[in-house]
Amino acid sequence: MKVLMSGNEAIARGAWEAGVMVAMAYPGTPSTEILQNVALYEEIYAEWSANEKVALDTAIGAAYAGQRAMAAMKHVGLNVASESLFYASYTGVNAGLVVVTADDPGLHSSQNEQDNRHYARFAKVPMLEPADSQEAKDYVRRALELSETFDTPVLLRSTTRTAHAKSAVVLGDRQAVGKRPYVKNPPKYVMIPGYARLRHPVVEDRMLRLRHWAEQTDLNRVEWRDRSLGVITSGISYQYAREIFPTASILKLGMVWPLPDEKMREFSQQVERLIVIEELDPFIEESVRQLGIQVEGKSIFPLVDELLPEKVREAAVKAELLPGNGSHAAPAVGALPRRPPVLCAGCGHRDVFWVLRKLKVAVNSDIGCYALGVLPPLDSTDTIGCMGASIGVALGMRHAGLDKANVAVIGDSTFFHAGLPALATAIYNRTPLVLLVVDNRTTGMTGHQGNPASGETLSGVEGARIDIAGVSRAMGVQRVSEVEARDLAALEATLREALKSGETCVVVVNTVCVFVASYARQAYRIVTEDCNGCTLCFRIGCPSIFKSEVLDARSGRQKAWIDPASCVGCGLCYDVCARQAIEPGAEKVLA
Amino acid sequence: MKNSTINFLLAGVGGQGTLLASDIVAEVGLSVGLDVKKSEVHGMAQRGGAVTSHVRWGESVASPLCEKGTVDYIIAQEMLEALRWLDYLRPAGTVILSTQQLPPTSTVFGSDVYPDKAQVLSAVGQIAGKILLLDALEIAGHLGNRRMANSVLLGALSSQLDVDPHAWLSVIEDKVPPKHKENNRKAFVAGREGKWEILHAPNALNKST
Repeated sequence: MKVLMSGNEAIARGAWEAGVMVAMAYPGTPSTEILQNVALYEEIYAEWSANEKVALDTAIGAAYAGQRAMAAMKHVGLNVASESLFYASYTGVNAGLVVVTADDPGLHSSQNEQDNRHYARFAKVPMLEPADSQEAKDYVRRALELSETFDTPVLLRSTTRTAHAKSAVVLGDRQAVGKRPYVKNPPKYVMIPGYARLRHPVVEDRMLRLRHWAEQTDLNRVEWRDRSLGVITSGISYQYAREIFPTASILKLGMVWPLPDEKMREFSQQVERLIVIEELDPFIEESVRQLGIQVEGKSIFPLVDELLPEKVREAAVKAELLPGNGSHAAPAVGALPRRPPVLCAGCGHRDVFWVLRKLKVAVNSDIGCYALGVLPPLDSTDTIGCMGASIGVALGMRHAGLDKANVAVIGDSTFFHAGLPALATAIYNRTPLVLLVVDNRTTGMTGHQGNPASGETLSGVEGARIDIAGVSRAMGVQRVSEVEARDLAALEATLREALKSGETCVVVVNTVCVFVASYARQAYRIVTEDCNGCTLCFRIGCPSIFKSEVLDARSGRQKAWIDPASCVGCGLCYDVCARQAIEPGAEKVLA
Repeated sequence: MKNSTINFLLAGVGGQGTLLASDIVAEVGLSVGLDVKKSEVHGMAQRGGAVTSHVRWGESVASPLCEKGTVDYIIAQEMLEALRWLDYLRPAGTVILSTQQLPPTSTVFGSDVYPDKAQVLSAVGQIAGKILLLDALEIAGHLGNRRMANSVLLGALSSQLDVDPHAWLSVIEDKVPPKHKENNRKAFVAGREGKWEILHAPNALNKST
């Protein structure tokens, strides 16, 4: 039976079919749905880890103990887990271990667009790259078999356009894979220098054997068509190559590390012009060139941003690989109002950023929905780097004597992901720090997953909820405050005191994501006769507040209007209005 | 239909149900025996931002993304979004256009100006061969629930395609919560039966290929 599946659903299905018993992840776009779907198969133990490194260590432990295991993460998650990948490369596995890295060319939801194929070369482990959902499912099994045959973790790389694309998949049954015995073997599993030194040659020998295997495997296949143009490609780029060069011969790589040198050489000798189509870095291209083969790649196709079919065509026309085609010219529409993502109506982060803006402090923020406080009108963030960076960057700015006050802002899930060691550093060194942990009781941006602060687990079994204020006190923070996000006056007063104290301070701001629990109150409405169009409520950036058609007689400005269908009744606009022209009690229009 | 690819682009604003609507279009293609691919973006892009989803039906489909200038049907849940993705439409393609307007916050606190309806229709008419203009929200609201607006739009889309409406209804009923099945069915039928205004765009028809 054929079913439509996203790449992520297919990877989860592949894990189930291949007999995976243990799987873990930290949510991150575009990888999040892998574990959410794995959790639907009751034979597999699945959990959210506090971060990607913990996820990978746990999966490694499961593989050592003899059960097939999987860890899944977004591309930057593998940075966090990279230390674990490197030791696992040395120790090898026992039962199969597949590590999924979901890259995000085009930065749809990421802070950079790194190319994680480099990790395969760097950590000396094989990497498979599926081009559609069928392959995504099948390659999980292939990866696990490869892992057991060569005693190595195997990377499976997807990208946004394979992870979040749907295509037809033929389903299979679950494979019964017995538990492998665990045998204590310190020279293999204990990476003290004396033993690790002995493992390095094992890894190098494994790479040689994998290179040989790469030449033979059907994962790398040649599709012969017209030989005037040959394309080497993999993953989603393969689909674009098929689309734009339907008559070209293609060497389609399902295994992108190690690369099949001889196969590439043979292919190159049988085509007149050889190109590589790949997203981001010239990973394949450079390897081909190292073989002394004449090849074009990044001289034609862009290095930056994701490839799209029209980009491939445009570049190909420019390089005279294709004739120009006027029918693809786009009509000119002119500049349109942008529509970037915004904080939801009723989001507690809006309260926090409204107050921070008022205090005119530098804000070292972090990864999560609070990145939506960066753009105007809230415009109240100075720095965002990666998970947990808010605290360390805030400390560094203090040590450097920043000429104004600064605060670090982090969410509940990010606090447990990478915030704790940074907070420990501040406490230990007695560094003045004002840390706002905005606890909205969920991992919001990735689609509302549980975390150690919410206590909700992936399997639905009730977990333990770790109290952020309690943790901070136990770590030694003397000034721990808890305030409600909606209490703007208390929030402002608490922050002012904390900033004055010169101590390491933690302010836990309690709020609830509107997707977790909605406000039961009625919508607010504008008292039109009292509104003078001052624009103050426009500046909170609420997507439920609009300009009305009614003009203020004196100023000529448009008065405000609140959409009763989308207003959730948080009341921030009511708090900020200087003329009491906003009141609760509008009839809630059922959407 | 088997010999050529049909490209759809659904465009809306985060929260409008663009992804579910595009899932339905994709599943309908699969259910009538076609190869189908679909692409969408999750995460940060969804929070009230512009959302698109590409769906392609054909005998054998390679790319999950449509190429600019090749989309046969744009299904726009919002007027500004129809304009934003217009360069994906093929000359003389069809636009199913809901009259809903959701001004982005940049037009509220900033100086951006939301285009008026005439501007949108004129720009779309420059390239489209046919525009099906309808107030899907109003039609759905009249039937009892404004959230059914996407089923109205899918009904309008279905009227342009040679696919048994039962295939559509069966997928829709499978994809929506049980308690909303009946209302969605009604909304689909209302959309299909033509509660829309057809605007033929003479500019595009003259240069239709």
